[in-house]
Amino acid sequence: MTDLDAFRHEVRTWLEANCPAEMRRPIRSEADLCWGGRNWKFQSDAQQRWLEVMAARGWTVPDWPKDYGGGGLSADEGRILKEELQRIGARPPLTSFGISMLGPALLHFGTEEQKKHYLPQIARGEIRWCQGYSEPGAGSDLAGLQTKAEDKGDHWLINGQKVWTSYADKADWIFCLVRTSTEAKQGGISFLLFDMETPGVSTRPILLISGSSPFCETFFDDVKVPKVQIVGEVNKGWDVAKYLLGHEREMISGMGLGGGGSLGAAMKPADPFLRAEIAAFDVDALAFAAMSERFAAMWKAGEAHPASPSMMKYAGTELNKRRNELGMTAGGSDALEWDSERSKSGKPSRDWLRSKGNSIEGGTSEIQLGIVAKHILRLPGA
Amino acid sequence: MSLLTDDQKMLQETAAGFLAEEGSIARQLRHWRDIGCKDGFGHGLWKQFAELGLTGICIPESHGGMGMGVMEAALLLEEIGRNLTPSPFLTTGVAAARTIEGTGHADRWYPRILSGESVLALAIDEGPRHAPERIALGAKRQGNGFVLNGSKQFVVQGASADMIVTAARTSGSPGEREGITLFAIPRDARGFEVENVALVDSSKAARLSFAGVEVDADAVIGDVDQGWQRLSRALWAGRAGAAAELVGLASGASAMTLDYLRQRKQFGRLIGEFQALQHRAAHLYSEIEIARAAALKAAALLDADDERAELYVSVAKAKCADVANLAVREGVQMHGGIGMTDEHDIGLFMKREAVLGELFGDTYYHRERVAELSGY
Repeated sequence: MTDLDAFRHEVRTWLEANCPAEMRRPIRSEADLCWGGRNWKFQSDAQQRWLEVMAARGWTVPDWPKDYGGGGLSADEGRILKEELQRIGARPPLTSFGISMLGPALLHFGTEEQKKHYLPQIARGEIRWCQGYSEPGAGSDLAGLQTKAEDKGDHWLINGQKVWTSYADKADWIFCLVRTSTEAKQGGISFLLFDMETPGVSTRPILLISGSSPFCETFFDDVKVPKVQIVGEVNKGWDVAKYLLGHEREMISGMGLGGGGSLGAAMKPADPFLRAEIAAFDVDALAFAAMSERFAAMWKAGEAHPASPSMMKYAGTELNKRRNELGMTAGGSDALEWDSERSKSGKPSRDWLRSKGNSIEGGTSEIQLGIVAKHILRLPGA
Repeated sequence: MSLLTDDQKMLQETAAGFLAEEGSIARQLRHWRDIGCKDGFGHGLWKQFAELGLTGICIPESHGGMGMGVMEAALLLEEIGRNLTPSPFLTTGVAAARTIEGTGHADRWYPRILSGESVLALAIDEGPRHAPERIALGAKRQGNGFVLNGSKQFVVQGASADMIVTAARTSGSPGEREGITLFAIPRDARGFEVENVALVDSSKAARLSFAGVEVDADAVIGDVDQGWQRLSRALWAGRAGAAAELVGLASGASAMTLDYLRQRKQFGRLIGEFQALQHRAAHLYSEIEIARAAALKAAALLDADDERAELYVSVAKAKCADVANLAVREGVQMHGGIGMTDEHDIGLFMKREAVLGELFGDTYYHRERVAELSGY
C-alpha cells in the first residue's frame, strides 16, 4: 500500500466515524450552508459537530499550513480528501469568504502576526467576513473608489460608502479597499481589516430581482481603524486586491459546474428542438468541467497564466446563465411558480434571476474579456 | 486529471519543432496541392515520421512500436493541426492501426506502418453523413470466404492505401450493432473500384464500389458479426485524435489572426485596439482552452479504459469542431479582404476545418451521442 493509499484509507475510516448522517444529505438551498461567525446559529447539532471535528483536523482549509489552523496537506492528499468527501456526499463544513478570498491574500501578503491572529479564526469559522470593494461610483472601474482613509497618527479615519457588500449585515469583520492617497489611482489604495461593530459602520440590505438580499450598502461615518490593521503597505493595496480577485474569480467560476450532473438527464426534454439545445449545452458543460479540472491542476503547479482566472470566471458564469435559461424553458410553467412548496419556494425562477448577477459580480464578463485581451493575448492598447 | 508527464512534454516539443519546420503549409500543403499530387500528402514526410518513430506511437512495443497511447497521438495531432500538415497519421497510425490490433493483420501491416512504407484506410461511411450503426454494405458467405457488394465514401486517402479496413454487414440490418464485420481489403482486389476524389481542403478521399468482391476468410479482422466493438474502439481513438487536430487547427488560425490584429492599421490605429475585436478574440481564446481540455481529457480516459471515455470522446469531438469552426470563421472575417484570397493561408484553415469537422461524425452526431449516453 502506498502512502497515499494509506492516507485514503485513514480519511475514509475517519469520515465514516465523524461525518454525521445529516451532513451527508444534499444541500437543498443556501440556507443549509454553514457560514460560521460570532452570531451564527447552527441549524442543528450535526452541523455544529461537523464544523468542529473538521476544524480540529485543519480540514476546513486542508492546504493551509498547520501553524495557521490548516491541514498541511499536499496537493495529492488534498485531492484525496476532496474525493472522499464527495464519495459520501458530505456537505462543506464551512462556507466562508475568509477561506475563499481573504485567507489566500493574507497567506501571501500578511505579516506573521496577522497570519497567526486571523487565519486560525477563519479556519475554525469564528469570524464571518465580508468584502468592501465596489462603490456607487466604482463598479467595473473599481480603482476609481473614493472611500477615504485619513492618517490620524495611531489610527485611520474612514468615511465613505460601499455597495454590493455580500452579507455585510451578517458579517463580523470586513476586508475593505480605501483611498489613502489621491496622487495616483491604483497607487493610492490601501487594504484594511476592521470590525463591523466599530462605531460609525452601518448597513442596509439590497433587495434583488430574485427576491433575496445577499448584498448590502455599507456606510462608514468617522470609523476609527487601528494602524496595524492594514494588509501590505500603505498605497499598495491594489496588489492585494487583485490577488484576492484572482481567488474570487476562480471560486465564482466553479458555478460553471452546476451541480455536476447532466441538465438533459435532469430535465428529460421531450421537445426535440429543446433536447438538441440542451445536448449542445451539456457538451459545453462537460468540456468546461474538463477545463476546470485542468485549470486547478495547472494553477497548483504554477503553470497557469496569472490572468487565467478571468477566462475561467467568464466561461463559468456565462455557462451557468445558460443552464438557468434552459432550465426555465424545460420547466415550462412549473418553473414560473414563485412561492409554492411544489417549486421549493420558487427555486427555479429565483436561481435563474440570481444567476444574472454571476457575470456582473467579481468583475463583469466584459471586464474579464478585457483582461484576457490585455494580459494573455497582449493586444495593443487594451 | 494530471498534467503532462516529462516524457509527454518532450514528445510535444519534438513534434512542434519538427512539424513547424518540415510540415509547414508552404512545404507540404501548398506544395502538394499546387503540383496536383494524387495522394494529397508527401510520402517523404511520412518516411520522416517513421524515422522519428512517430508512425508507431500507437503500435505496441511487442511489434516494435512506441506502445504509447491516444494521449501521445493527440499531442502530435495538435501540431499536425496547427501546421495543416497533410499526413496519414490519424487514419493509418491511430484509427486503422487500432482496428487490426491483436490480429494476424497486425503482423503483416505494423512493420510497414513502422517503416513508413504503407498507408491504410478506413471505409465506414456509406452516405454523406457519418452513421456507422447503419452500415449496409453486404458481405455474404461464399465457399471459404465472403463476397462483398455495396459502396463506401469519404474513405480518407483510400486511393493511396495498400489495404482498406472495410466495415461490412454479415448479418442483421442497418441500425443494429450486431452483424458488423471488419475486412482487410487489398487495393488490388477484383471487382473493387476506387474513385480518387479531391476534397475542399486538397486532401483526397475515395469513393469505393464493391461489385462482387471476393475475399478469403482470413480477410476478416477479429470475429465475424462482432466487429462493432473493434470498430468503436478505433473510432473513439480516431475521434479523440481528430478533436486534438482540430484544437491545433484552431490555435493556428487564432495565432495567425492575433498577429494580424497586432499589425493591421485602419483609421490610424491598429485594429487590435478596437474593443469589438478584442472581446471576440478573448472569447475565442477561452473557447480554445476549453476545447483543448476536453480533447486531452478524452484521450486520458481512453488510455485509462475509463467508463466515461466514450462520453468524453463525443464531448471532445463536438466541442473541438465547434470551436475550430468559430476560430476559422473569426479568422477569415477579421482578416477582411485579404482573408478571402488564395494567397493568404487563413482560408486554408477554414477548408481543413470543414473536412476534419465532418470526419468520424460532426458536432450534431456527437451531441446526439452525448444525449443518448447521458440517458435522455
